[in-house]
Amino acid sequence: MTDAPALEVVDLVKQFPSKRGQVVHAVDGVSFTVGRAEMLGLVGESGSGKSTVANCVLRLIEPTAGTIKLNGADITHLSRRAMRPLRRDLHMVFQDPYSSLNPRMTCGDIVGEPVRLHGIARGRALDARVDTMFDAVGLRGELRFRYPHELSGGQRQRVGLARALILEPSVLVADEPVSALDVSVQAAILNLLRDLQRDMGFSCLFITHDLATVEFLCDRVAVMYLGEIVETAPRAELFKRPQHPYTQALLSAALVPDPAVQRTRRHVLLEGDPPSPLDPPSGCRFHTRCPLHAESAPQSDEENPALREFAPGHLVACHLVARDRPAPRLVENAADMVSQA
Amino acid sequence: MADPLLEVSDLSVRFDTDDGLVHAVDKMSFSLAPGEVLGIVGESGCGKSVTCMSLTRLLPETATVTGSAVFGGRDLLTLAPRSLRRVRGREISYVFQEPMTSLNPVFTVGHQIDEVLRRHLDLSRRAARARALELLRLVRIPAPERRLDEYPHQLSGGMRQRVMIAIALACDPKVLIADEPTTALDVTIQAGILDLMRDIRDRLGTAIVLITHNLGVVADVADRVVVMYAGRKAEEAPVDDLFAHPQHPYTIGLLGAIPRPYEGEDTRRRLQEIPGRVPSLRELPNACAFADRCPRADELTRSEIPQLREVRPKHWVACFHPGS
Repeated sequence: MTDAPALEVVDLVKQFPSKRGQVVHAVDGVSFTVGRAEMLGLVGESGSGKSTVANCVLRLIEPTAGTIKLNGADITHLSRRAMRPLRRDLHMVFQDPYSSLNPRMTCGDIVGEPVRLHGIARGRALDARVDTMFDAVGLRGELRFRYPHELSGGQRQRVGLARALILEPSVLVADEPVSALDVSVQAAILNLLRDLQRDMGFSCLFITHDLATVEFLCDRVAVMYLGEIVETAPRAELFKRPQHPYTQALLSAALVPDPAVQRTRRHVLLEGDPPSPLDPPSGCRFHTRCPLHAESAPQSDEENPALREFAPGHLVACHLVARDRPAPRLVENAADMVSQA
Repeated sequence: MADPLLEVSDLSVRFDTDDGLVHAVDKMSFSLAPGEVLGIVGESGCGKSVTCMSLTRLLPETATVTGSAVFGGRDLLTLAPRSLRRVRGREISYVFQEPMTSLNPVFTVGHQIDEVLRRHLDLSRRAARARALELLRLVRIPAPERRLDEYPHQLSGGMRQRVMIAIALACDPKVLIADEPTTALDVTIQAGILDLMRDIRDRLGTAIVLITHNLGVVADVADRVVVMYAGRKAEEAPVDDLFAHPQHPYTIGLLGAIPRPYEGEDTRRRLQEIPGRVPSLRELPNACAFADRCPRADELTRSEIPQLREVRPKHWVACFHPGS
């Protein structure tokens, strides 16, 4: 049991009913694991289904199909009551530090609430624990008696982190935790998250649209497009040898904060808009925008490629990619070109 | 450099609020040359948007604006409302961050472009429609004939932003002010919009003021950059010089705070943090606004407002202890 990954998601499907009997295919057969003390970055653009995955993992919404295992135990169909003790082990940090804290509670009460609800400590022992946690996330102790509106955005996100980590969960789900913050504050929160992970050893599912953040923080990366994972690889491998044409496009479009470098880069322009998850394209979901469509057609119009191993630990869902057969480069490797600079 | 198209001097904006005066912008000066892309960078509340809104007096009445903004030989800040209306949307136009709230949901895209053309250029219905079509092609919207008759909710975020840009370009403005035009968009869509802005500048010669918090966006399209902090200009330089030789500790801090892709193991280095927080704009200190967060601060920094100095060619910094 102890060898089981901290979090294992198999064939997760989530559909939402829509108007006129239509169905939104938000997540369609997503599988991944997060190992012990591992940080997995789940990257995708808006509408790719990454937040739906997070909400399913936490059982905040009910998955349509699939299995979710926490430390080896299947939690997919547990009742709310049966789920409750397991919530000690699975916590979340939300994107918006304004709406995710109760404005009528003091920050100390917010952070102490999980401890109280699980009946782990109270009175002085609880206070001491909250104090320690405030210290760990770099908040001054007197802020315990303040209300969220009295704090800055960065301080509030620290409160959110403290609340998520006070029970020392084995898995932390973080959904765009720094996107709402200013650059200089983001840096502090990202550093903090990395330090806390190193000290406390939790596993983390980190959801973001920002590739630079993933490269800074995560051990492994999974890229989502229209409800599916199209590529997953260890961090360095993904940035050095991106395979799926969508991953290549995404990497090439990320901006490097250096004008000299930025001028030498070319990006892959994707035609059109992401298709609607109400009516995803047949075959490969990316084929309507794929710059390599001419090469993968007609197979890609009919058959949805499965994730296959390209190199150890590097899986790609593309007809053009097989073991040791890389995809054509869309631009000269953006990463290589830049690292010479 | 050619004569500036727009010359802003000593611009100050104060808001009268229930809690007293808020000094949103304090003695800002900058100029914009024809065909230039000027990036204005700063974090939330630094006054970058207020600066640009004040230029055509789009701010509410609680705002007191002083200073001058000379455009085409006239000061926009004292211009009669009638004359100002001929400048707004025609010679100086805006693109805002959130295209959904900037477009009117109950009118078609075509109608909203026509409105500008007929109002400012007095075009006939038919001529306006032809020009609207041309504009949608210019901003590279696929199937433009069909899009003209669609409503904003039928378009994706990237397409809506392209429509906003088409409206802004309708009267061939001399200045386009883009306030965080790509912040609400995905990375792959952002890349397309930034390409479009560059293209507009190259093909139409429109000068662009690009307001953003994203240094990557600035590195990608700007020619010159102004860094703002707490309502004041901290630094101004040509884009290459700013990134290669940042002088102000705040700029240096910002550059160190962003994770950079593609630096291999180097990306694992700690990000630089800027301790403390932005000072309240209620009582701007008679000192460097960054003093409390600055590793270089000393007596002088805390007792006087640093003036802008040219420390490298065309590279200005408001700091007593500049240097990279």
